[in-house]
Amino acid sequence: MNKIKSLDDLRKMKQNLSSDISIREKSNNPDKIVQIRVAMATCGIAAGAREVMNTMLEKIAKDSLPVVVTQGGCMGYCYAEPTVEVKVPGKDPVVFGHVDPKVALDIIDKYILKGELIDGILPVNYQSIQEKA
Amino acid sequence: MNDLAMHILDIVQNSISAGAKRIEISVIINLLKDLLSIIITDNGKGMSPESVKKVTDPYYTSRTTRKVGLGIPLLKQTAMQTGGDVTITSELGVGTTIQADFGYSNIDRPPLGDLANAYVLLMSANPEINMILNYIFNGETYSVCTEDIKEALDGVPVNDPAVTPLLNDMIQSNILELQSLDNN
Repeated sequence: MNKIKSLDDLRKMKQNLSSDISIREKSNNPDKIVQIRVAMATCGIAAGAREVMNTMLEKIAKDSLPVVVTQGGCMGYCYAEPTVEVKVPGKDPVVFGHVDPKVALDIIDKYILKGELIDGILPVNYQSIQEKA
Repeated sequence: MNDLAMHILDIVQNSISAGAKRIEISVIINLLKDLLSIIITDNGKGMSPESVKKVTDPYYTSRTTRKVGLGIPLLKQTAMQTGGDVTITSELGVGTTIQADFGYSNIDRPPLGDLANAYVLLMSANPEINMILNYIFNGETYSVCTEDIKEALDGVPVNDPAVTPLLNDMIQSNILELQSLDNN
């Protein structure tokens, strides 16, 4: 891949990207695309959220996955940072705590792609049995 | 916080929470003055003079999920360790400017870190905000902003994971070039 230096280079490069991007563009619908939110408040950043976000972005780009990554704020789980919230379409959002780059890849490989649950899930809701029913 | 880029990631979150639509991040390095300054200006909702006084207090925060707010206190501590300081000016309804000055050659100054990556992460996670980066090294400026990147990409989303590494490379190489100009 040629190094890009200016916005003009970027303009030229974008043609070569179209195949990967179309996968995500087609599913550019919140109901179909997996949303990952990395908590990036002071606590998250200090604990390593930046590395987690970079790792996830690299993996998603490499495998052309229909996933978008955004940043979130502090949810009060400072003790468990870095935390990552994953919203798979049709499922309740799940928050994973103590995420490092290795766990970040596990979340994508196991939870998002295969639907397996992995360790480190934090309680996000306090729904009682009555409320659920 | 291991590097100054992490502080930038952190402080810009304040601007995002304040509903800013335009956030300008300037990193100014002046070797003659032995100074590294980070200036973040936003057009968010701004703060009252009372709030401005309180934000450097670690036990002050506007959020409700926890009782402490360490972003600005940590930045201030780091700046003061290097002989610098943090100054905040803000006006309700207009926006906020925060400036952190560091002694460039001070041994307690953390490295700048990956500024390009910090900018790209912020820009791609908040594509609706016009995020501007100015890197000024000894008077030579490199600037980039969300609006220009969006125009160059012509419809391709700026937050696409295939695009972000390219942006990273582009900004990084320009920053390195400015730094190398000085050595010649």
